[in-house]
Amino acid sequence: MKNILEIYNVNKIYRNSVKALDNIELNIKEGEIFSLLGPNGAGKSTLINSICGIVNFNSGTIKINGYDNVKEYRKARQITGIVPQELYLESFETVWKNVNYSRGLFGKAKNYKYVEHLLKLLSLWDKKDSKIKELSGGMKRRVLIAKALSHQPKLLFLDEPTASIDVELRKETWDIVRKLNENGTTIVLTTHYIEEAEELSSRVAIINDGKIILVDETDKLIKKLGEKSIKIQLKNEEISLNENIQKKYNFEVHKNILTFKYNIKEDNINLTKMLNEIENNGYQIKDFVTEQSSLEEIFIKLIKEDKKP
Amino acid sequence: MNYFGVKAILIHELDRFKRTLLQSLASPIITTSLYFIVFGTAIGSRIKEIDGINYGSYIVPGMIMLTILTQALSNASFAIYFQKFTSTIYEIHAAPLSSFEIIIGFVGAAAIKSVIIGLIIIITAGFFVDIEIQHPILMIFFLILTSITFSLFGFIVGLYADGFEGLQIIPILVITPLTFLGGSFYSITMLPEFWQKISLLNPVLYLISGFRYSFYEVSDVSLLTSIITIFTILISCILFISYTFIKGYKIKD
Repeated sequence: MKNILEIYNVNKIYRNSVKALDNIELNIKEGEIFSLLGPNGAGKSTLINSICGIVNFNSGTIKINGYDNVKEYRKARQITGIVPQELYLESFETVWKNVNYSRGLFGKAKNYKYVEHLLKLLSLWDKKDSKIKELSGGMKRRVLIAKALSHQPKLLFLDEPTASIDVELRKETWDIVRKLNENGTTIVLTTHYIEEAEELSSRVAIINDGKIILVDETDKLIKKLGEKSIKIQLKNEEISLNENIQKKYNFEVHKNILTFKYNIKEDNINLTKMLNEIENNGYQIKDFVTEQSSLEEIFIKLIKEDKKP
Repeated sequence: MNYFGVKAILIHELDRFKRTLLQSLASPIITTSLYFIVFGTAIGSRIKEIDGINYGSYIVPGMIMLTILTQALSNASFAIYFQKFTSTIYEIHAAPLSSFEIIIGFVGAAAIKSVIIGLIIIITAGFFVDIEIQHPILMIFFLILTSITFSLFGFIVGLYADGFEGLQIIPILVITPLTFLGGSFYSITMLPEFWQKISLLNPVLYLISGFRYSFYEVSDVSLLTSIITIFTILISCILFISYTFIKGYKIKD
């Protein structure tokens, strides 16, 4: 699939000498949902603001659909939309005027039918004549999404779309994101909620201190770096484990539960053999469950590794 | 050229004017009426004529200048500063708009508002005194050019302001005193020679004088000097704003 966004060696140093972006290289494929994951202050917002023209970067190249976002900024920006993290809206304007204003800014002629379709899609149609100040937080966020989509962009950036919102609204936002993607919009979202990246995106990049630490498919990332554990519950109430088995598998023992941790990358793990060995040593297995590390655990692990001198 | 983008900014800014229509229109009408009561009636009864013009009529061009200079500056500075303050400016930056187009949008809207207010003052003044406009085209030329120039100046003030207080400093501490001292309500020939010379250093004097010429064919300085002055201020504002945009200072991080 073709790249809709290409970023080459992008650097950004703020006036206070903070290096916000450090040699960023990244490609986004057309039609995907991509998550940019990182802790607060990692450079996520600076990166998407640089792509969208809100922040000037110092060096490097950003191409949107093949257009350089500095030299050919008109063509590049016509196909991008951004939903900011904060609710930046003019309180005294109506929803209708706000969305039509955004469409005009991006150089598009009036198209009331499309704006109507958009407001209906985002469940805002009955609020079209309401002033922004009269709306709830969730509605305001949907207005921001409507504004960002008003000029029918191919590439949509969502900066922390579910920051500081309740669980119900988060699920609602995820549904909207999926719906937009199904309609053909490529979506890049920044988040520090791992659950969000795991739930929505096909690929993920982890950014920390302005550097991209890793880019991979979300599932592969979990498989590649994920630790698995198997918890074996024995019938015996209290156990003293055979020293040989304990040494071989390094079980964590808690009452009658043995926990064995392994990485799915390792090929030499033979779980059948391990279970047989336990039984052959006189222990009866009552039950067992497997657990896989979440993206959150992987994320913390990567950030910690990155911070090591 | 992103025509739809410029139009969107213009309409958006003029909408704000419409939303506050009552105060936007009532303010210049009330202020003009008050000036006529204070200057026209109280002082005008003692000063019958200046340069052969009835005092009440004489002060009309100065009053218009006083209002459009402050209104153009305040409207433009508030418009851009408000977008910075509410951070809604992110959308302008993200849109496919050149710096030039952004300026046309904001400055154009502020200038249109100022011209409308200027015309309202002329109409209001017409209820109090006789007004003659000897050179209507020249009058419109001064009105529009001054509105554009001071809207540009206001745009710069709005870009550089770090707070709402910053927006008020230039209109209150610079423009209003310069306008009052620039012959709005008198001819500088009425001043002692020393103060006449000092007054010549005031650029607003040239704007008022040129504008008054378009009404009554009387002026404190030559028409050409007035025209050169307004163009000098306009070009200075354009150069300064171009420098600001090239450097990106106070615009984008």
